[in-house]
Amino acid sequence: MANIQISDALLVKDYVSGDERALATLIKRHESKIYGFIYSKISDRDVSNDIFQDTFIKVIKTLKTSSYNEEGKFLPWVMRIAHNLIIDHFRKAKKMPLFRETEEFSIFSIMSDDSLTIENKIIAEQVEMDIRKLIEGLPADQKEVLTMRMYQDISFKEISELTGVSINTALGRMRYALMNLRKIIEKNQIVLTN
Amino acid sequence: MEKNYSKKSKITKKMKPDAAVVSFLLNYSKALKIVKIEGQFFEIIVN
Repeated sequence: MANIQISDALLVKDYVSGDERALATLIKRHESKIYGFIYSKISDRDVSNDIFQDTFIKVIKTLKTSSYNEEGKFLPWVMRIAHNLIIDHFRKAKKMPLFRETEEFSIFSIMSDDSLTIENKIIAEQVEMDIRKLIEGLPADQKEVLTMRMYQDISFKEISELTGVSINTALGRMRYALMNLRKIIEKNQIVLTN
Repeated sequence: MEKNYSKKSKITKKMKPDAAVVSFLLNYSKALKIVKIEGQFFEIIVN
């Protein structure tokens, strides 16, 4: 018995009239060509599946709104939709490049988390606290200059104006403050590293 | 033996989308109703 194949145009007509089986036949008939076409451009199975799905969602919506006219053929029309979606995919990919993990390339080589771990954070806070305690032990004039410079980010020129001493004196006080801090640290063998 | 230097085609003979994709499309089609009200289309997904 001869196997008579119903034309695409007739299947489309049946589908628009509400025969859901017609869509299954159309997909089965053309899935290989359409998917193969998409895969030939994309070379990624998952993305190709997504584009195939989006293509047929457009097909379904267009047919259900009865805005499809059988001027051209069904397959070239679907291929054109797929082609446009492929172009959209590459446009998006260009805007937001996708990095895939391979044997030679690890995503972590360009991505790192520089923030401190909880342990390092606690250590940093401890060091900060120790330094503040050490500063408290400095003579008042040295403490004043060091605090203004390091914690308030005031220039030596401004410090000299605010404290009523010359820049050289302010610089000298800073120098002595640092030397004294070093001495205390060495003497007490305080570890101030993270 | 002679080497074949021709480029391999990316399209294998029977490349098909995943069965899950086709199944989704058929179910989506069954569930989708589009109604036109005053010149505007409204999509209704019926579960």
